[in-house]
Amino acid sequence: MPRLGKSATVSTSATAAQMGNLKPRRTILDSAQMRRTVRRMAGQIIEFNGGSENLMLVGIRTRGVPLAEAIAAEIERMEDVEVPVGVLDITLYRDDLSTIAPQPVVKETHFPRTLSDLVVVLCDDVLYTGRTVRAALDALIDFGRPKRVQLAVLIDRGHRELPIQADVVGKKVPTAAEEIVEVRFDAVDGSDHVEILELVG
Amino acid sequence: MRLLIQGGRLVDPSQKRDGRFDLLIEDGRVKKVAESIALPRGAEVLDVSDLVVVPGLIDMHVHLREPGQEYKETVETGTRAAAAGGFTAVACMPNTDPVNDNRSVSERIIGEAEKYGLARVYPIGAVSKGQRGEELAEVGDMVAGGVVGLSDDGFPVGSSELMRRALEYSRHFDLAVIQHAEDLTLGPDGVMHEGEYSTRLGLPGLPGAAEDIMVARDIVLQQDCGGRYHVAHLSTERSLELVRQAKTRGQSVTCEVTPHHLLLTDEEILSSNLSTDTKMKPPLRSEQDRRALLDGLVDGTVDVIASDHAPHHADEKDVEFSLAPFGIVGLETTVSLCLDRLVRPGLISLARLVELLSATPARILGVDGGSLAEGSRADVSLLALDRQVTVNPRKFRGKSRNTPFGGWKLRGRPAGTLLAGRRVEP
Amino acid sequence: MSGWRRKDLLTIADLSSDEIELILETAESFREVSRRPVKKVPTLRGKTVVNLFFEPSTRTRSSFEIAEKRLSADTINFSAGSSGLVKGEGLVDTALNLQAMNPDLIVIRHAHPGVPQLLAGRIAAGVINAGDGAHEHPTQALLDALTIRQHKKRIEGLKIGIVGDIEHSRVVRSNIHLLTKMGASVTVGGPRTMMPAGLGKMGVVVAHDLEAAIDGADVIMMLRVQMERQSRARFPSVREYFNLFGLTRERLKAAKRGAIILHPGPMNRGVEIASDVADGPYSVILEQVANGVAVRMAVLYLLSGVRAEEA
Repeated sequence: MPRLGKSATVSTSATAAQMGNLKPRRTILDSAQMRRTVRRMAGQIIEFNGGSENLMLVGIRTRGVPLAEAIAAEIERMEDVEVPVGVLDITLYRDDLSTIAPQPVVKETHFPRTLSDLVVVLCDDVLYTGRTVRAALDALIDFGRPKRVQLAVLIDRGHRELPIQADVVGKKVPTAAEEIVEVRFDAVDGSDHVEILELVG
Repeated sequence: MRLLIQGGRLVDPSQKRDGRFDLLIEDGRVKKVAESIALPRGAEVLDVSDLVVVPGLIDMHVHLREPGQEYKETVETGTRAAAAGGFTAVACMPNTDPVNDNRSVSERIIGEAEKYGLARVYPIGAVSKGQRGEELAEVGDMVAGGVVGLSDDGFPVGSSELMRRALEYSRHFDLAVIQHAEDLTLGPDGVMHEGEYSTRLGLPGLPGAAEDIMVARDIVLQQDCGGRYHVAHLSTERSLELVRQAKTRGQSVTCEVTPHHLLLTDEEILSSNLSTDTKMKPPLRSEQDRRALLDGLVDGTVDVIASDHAPHHADEKDVEFSLAPFGIVGLETTVSLCLDRLVRPGLISLARLVELLSATPARILGVDGGSLAEGSRADVSLLALDRQVTVNPRKFRGKSRNTPFGGWKLRGRPAGTLLAGRRVEP
Repeated sequence: MSGWRRKDLLTIADLSSDEIELILETAESFREVSRRPVKKVPTLRGKTVVNLFFEPSTRTRSSFEIAEKRLSADTINFSAGSSGLVKGEGLVDTALNLQAMNPDLIVIRHAHPGVPQLLAGRIAAGVINAGDGAHEHPTQALLDALTIRQHKKRIEGLKIGIVGDIEHSRVVRSNIHLLTKMGASVTVGGPRTMMPAGLGKMGVVVAHDLEAAIDGADVIMMLRVQMERQSRARFPSVREYFNLFGLTRERLKAAKRGAIILHPGPMNRGVEIASDVADGPYSVILEQVANGVAVRMAVLYLLSGVRAEEA
């Protein structure tokens, strides 16, 4: 079983389905809580960087992207500044490609401008082993030399395998390793929520 | 020395016999055939009550590779394969090294065969010296050495002049001229039948027309020169039609087909993922050709079934399809294939199969055999019609394993042979 | 399509339309990698790719090599004319020797059809067919499809005319399989002396003059004329070939407005295609070259995830 980053969010649901049925155990954030959490994260990012100048949010595919967009929308609402949002696909930088099969789908990476001298805030839905972030950092460096790189995650579920910590955390959620954190975004999934799922059967 | 072959079903079209008969063999000849023969004093009994007894089968087109290519096959292993495959005799083609274009090679081959006593070997002599297609070989001398037919097989007799002279000269000895019919200038790089599948595979084609042109030319020459003309391994619908027309005109033209051309098509090359065991000459043809050959088998246009047994070493076949040598083995699969795929579905009768595999080849070659009439030589083949067999090339008695029929499950198999009344142990 | 499951890429004929789609989508993502400032990703780090070219080929080999290097694979080139390959060693021994070196992927170009299949059956490494005789050239058809999609947004429903030496072209065979599987209608045209038997059974229309072949076409593919065919009586002269089957601006009017022109290269200007057409606005020949790298990266990436025991 591949254990990359947040493990099974929805992007790995095919794998999860092969393993058995997923049953919701408890809700971590409902729609309103999620909106408030994202707003708070946006505020922290502005505070952290003394404003929103020279900032770029980079969402890690798949669900880092709607998170980055949601944060960008909040910043725009607060500051009246449009923050550029990039999309990063880390597949080609994964450290487990030789142990999983078939190969995961590769999607495009896209930055609205060059990274040099920008503060890049990597955004991801769940921080878990830290391996996704490690891959994202490697990928980012190949695109240029950002002035600073920060990490913003909606959920930190613990179980780190690398010395990586987030600068901005929506919510810390202690989890068991066999649990699965499912993050849904209205923009892509039709609803906002975070749930803990357990595997049955 | 007397032997009573008892209780079997005798199928001998030469005597219009198909039924339960006993055969009494004495001094290598058939002494008596009757529905029931009382066991004479001192005679051995061979109980064949679950078997079919037929005149010794003759494969009139094989390559024994000796002399010169003993790593592929020898007279010993080839005749062992023949006996295991239910044949009492084979006619071997002259493309050995040296070529069998002279009496000493012919005699050596016959001598080898007699040494092992597994099956009779009738050498086919080369039409031309060295099979070079230039001058006639010493036919008279070869006949004295035991040659029973003429062919440059492996190569066609390309020159019209030479074919004319061969047909003329062969008449002095009443020999058939057996032609590997192929116009080599047409499809010069070909490695498989030219058609849909050669197009799909991007392999250079051997057009059916290359065979037809040669058959047509030879039939024209035979019409003028006489002689007996025999088309080896005929493979196309149009060549068959040419033979059919020649026969209608009363020409002395005969033809043989192989089991693989009756049962496989060029599609096999694609579906076998370019197995080199599907590569031979003439190539596996189209489904239309195959159906035409089956029709010819039924309507009598086809005279003979012969295997074109062409052994090649595994190393030679284990190469790129384009580079592999042409040819497959057939001595140990022909009888089962014919019983299961031709006789069992009712396409032809057992009696017709005996004509195709015994009586007619004997007549074309002018050799003893093809009949178990009283007084005839007791060369006998035994067949087990209901015995299941799975073709396993590793168990072949011959030296080579190059067959596309490996793994085929067939019903009906050879069950032993007798040469002049003596059981052969292959 | 749940993911790529084949060890080898041997033919387009074997592939399903879903598999073709997966390669094309993956290739579209890889196109972006070649535009990065650092055009190299660590994906195939520690993997060994052997480029085994028994026929001379500058384009295809360098395209594969660039793709391999951009994925950080270690590449080794064997070509006929170097090493033991020409010292009379049989293909099976070559395969065994390669196997002993334990490469991860082998890219093979060979003059004889079926050689990649033969190799793939003997060797644990994934095998990519980079052209086997006149049989198939799968990555060429894939890069052609990627190029067509880029311009026409789809393949389904397009009318595609392919003109030239059909009989000896592996590019045509792979393209016929790919384009018909993806729902295009394909017409092939060329001299009757270069039109193989039974082509209609491959699901294409056969035409015998250039205008009929490209009539109303959205896409025109011109094939390279191999000059040596002339000596084998396939066509009387280069001049006559151009007069009858060369694509000129005038003849282009038979195609649909805005039709794009592809050529697998290398081109013979003034033989199968006039220079002003080759360099004209509808020619996408150089985009094909760029897409070639993306397609090959995609194929290398997908195959590298499948080991022999899984395939």
